[in-house]
Amino acid sequence: MKKTIWKIWVIAIIALGAALLSSCDGGKGDEIVLNVYNWGEYISDGSEGSPDVNKMFEDYCKEQGLNVRVNYTTFDSNESMYNKLRSGAVSYDIVIPSDYMIERMVKEDMLEKIDVSKLTNYQYVYDNFKTLYGREYDAENVYFVPYFVGYVGVIYNTKYVSEEDAARQSWDLLWDEKYSGKILQFNNPRDAFGTVMYKNGVDVNTTDKAEWESALEELKSQKSLIQSYVMDEIFNKMKNESAYIAPYYAGDFISMYEENDDLAFYFPKEGTNVFLDGMCIPKGSENKEIAQMYIDFMLSKEAATANAEMVYYATPNKLVNENPEYIEYMTSVHEDAMEYLDPRFEEGYVQTYYENLDDDTLQLMNTLWEELKIDTSAGVGIYIACGAVILVIAAIVIYRVVKKKKRMY
Amino acid sequence: MKALSRAFLILVFGILYIPMAVLVLFSFNSSKSTGNFTGFSLRWYTELFSTPATFAALRNTLILAVCSAIIATVIGTLAAVGIHKMKNRYLKKAVMSVTNIPMMNPDIVTGISMMLLFVFVGGMLGLKNSLSFWTMLIAHVTFNLPYVILSVLPKLRQMDSHLPEAAMDLGCTPVQAFFKVELHAILPGILTGMMMAFTLSLDDFVISFFTSGSDFQTLPLLIYSMTKKDVTPDMYALSTIMMAVIFALMILTNFKSKRETKKAKADR
Repeated sequence: MKKTIWKIWVIAIIALGAALLSSCDGGKGDEIVLNVYNWGEYISDGSEGSPDVNKMFEDYCKEQGLNVRVNYTTFDSNESMYNKLRSGAVSYDIVIPSDYMIERMVKEDMLEKIDVSKLTNYQYVYDNFKTLYGREYDAENVYFVPYFVGYVGVIYNTKYVSEEDAARQSWDLLWDEKYSGKILQFNNPRDAFGTVMYKNGVDVNTTDKAEWESALEELKSQKSLIQSYVMDEIFNKMKNESAYIAPYYAGDFISMYEENDDLAFYFPKEGTNVFLDGMCIPKGSENKEIAQMYIDFMLSKEAATANAEMVYYATPNKLVNENPEYIEYMTSVHEDAMEYLDPRFEEGYVQTYYENLDDDTLQLMNTLWEELKIDTSAGVGIYIACGAVILVIAAIVIYRVVKKKKRMY
Repeated sequence: MKALSRAFLILVFGILYIPMAVLVLFSFNSSKSTGNFTGFSLRWYTELFSTPATFAALRNTLILAVCSAIIATVIGTLAAVGIHKMKNRYLKKAVMSVTNIPMMNPDIVTGISMMLLFVFVGGMLGLKNSLSFWTMLIAHVTFNLPYVILSVLPKLRQMDSHLPEAAMDLGCTPVQAFFKVELHAILPGILTGMMMAFTLSLDDFVISFFTSGSDFQTLPLLIYSMTKKDVTPDMYALSTIMMAVIFALMILTNFKSKRETKKAKADR
């Protein structure tokens, strides 16, 4: 009996060894490995019958006589991607950070310039997304090519939120006491402080300490109304109606609407946040040429449309945004989808990017955020309960030790 | 009293298994929703098998778990035999505490210190990618080791120390005695240790997060990176399949050991 177990183990080991060897054949032949580091679920990857864009790129390279393998890995936040790259221990050929992180990486000389004259599809990118923060476009100094863009807005459930309240089209819906316990808030400091600052008409990139502190006061006053601070749980909580109001991205609203058509969305009148995720080539990339090809390929009509139909975020690419098939597809999900994805705001509407904050402000924001999260009335009860339990256990232990000692003498 | 104890039992099993039951249920849901069950379908299972990225991550996870479990089992067993044979009582205690420290250490400390070491050594060697599959493998072997040692040592203590002596009396060399006699006596411990190492490596996130390079992404890392958007239900399907496999394995091993004990009794 034991022998058969051994045999099974030996066979398993050999099989897995073989699998390992076959998977580690990276160095074989003239194969070029392109390391791509992107957000999770941020590409059309062959699920739900969609085309597999990375596979398409490999095939495209094969046609050019190049043997390329895309090694695609994913990250969960700008900061974790930055730290990985900053450690200097890994090299990537493509990374896709957001606006403020691109700014920071450019400042720290972590990105290669992109030669846009070699990109055949770059002409189809909308001009206003070619630069950040409304800067002058400079073809000599391009560090990123936009991948997706989007706007933050307020998602609410029409079954529970009254029409008059929604018609205010304001951030203050998140502070409405009528919906106490049914409101969600971002679980990251930048976006959460952003909701207050937009509400009050304060510049979200301010370095004024007083502004941040007064924003904290408002977040604290909101805390008793908040059901929880969440990120991806927003999807479930809104879809199954355990919460009625939440701030999130327009594209994600459309995917929530797919499951629950009582949900609705508006851009607050006070202004809102725009984000842009851009494809960049980090310093140290060994395959800059192939990386440029990859970027160009991602801008092509087939790849960009496949990605946009998968991710649901707005595209900065004319080829997609003016593609009737894409518009038809998005409209079939939500009839006003294009208005949310590609909004035509009135003149003077405040739409700002988050800029890279200086170290002091960043530190201040994180400290204030911790203060908000720690400051809790339920917490005190927990501390007291824990303290009591520890005291009781300590008392029992001491009692027993003393008793034992007494017996010994 | 009996009713009370039964109720307690049901409560404990409920807490243990209800989350898994919910996961299994929603892996068969026909829509993306986790709030209401809209109908039975195998949609997410077909979905799972048509997504190459998930499969690559699963394959990576299995490769890493099996390799690290095997390496940790070999090293750990040797270490356990060595520790068992130590004559000096204090030295033995000291070595045991040293091996236990990585186990007691929070994962995050192990992860960060490993990463620093790899980056430092990689920098000295002038490597471009100092973090890779190999660093992950080393890290996983490291945190698996104490578990293997801890599960092998008791078996060594249980074993009759006269057994290898008798084997040597009958003409075995010490090495032969180890492979022919001792190894068989401690085999259950080794297998438990290997299973432990395998499962620990399978679901480790924190240490992998710090030591992974650009070439290798495991399933926990992939799932974590999905948290900006919604985790898709094909992950529920994958978890259900993994759970079913483990369940089947458990039943099989229990069944087998029961038959073996029966046979042993009959032999007597």
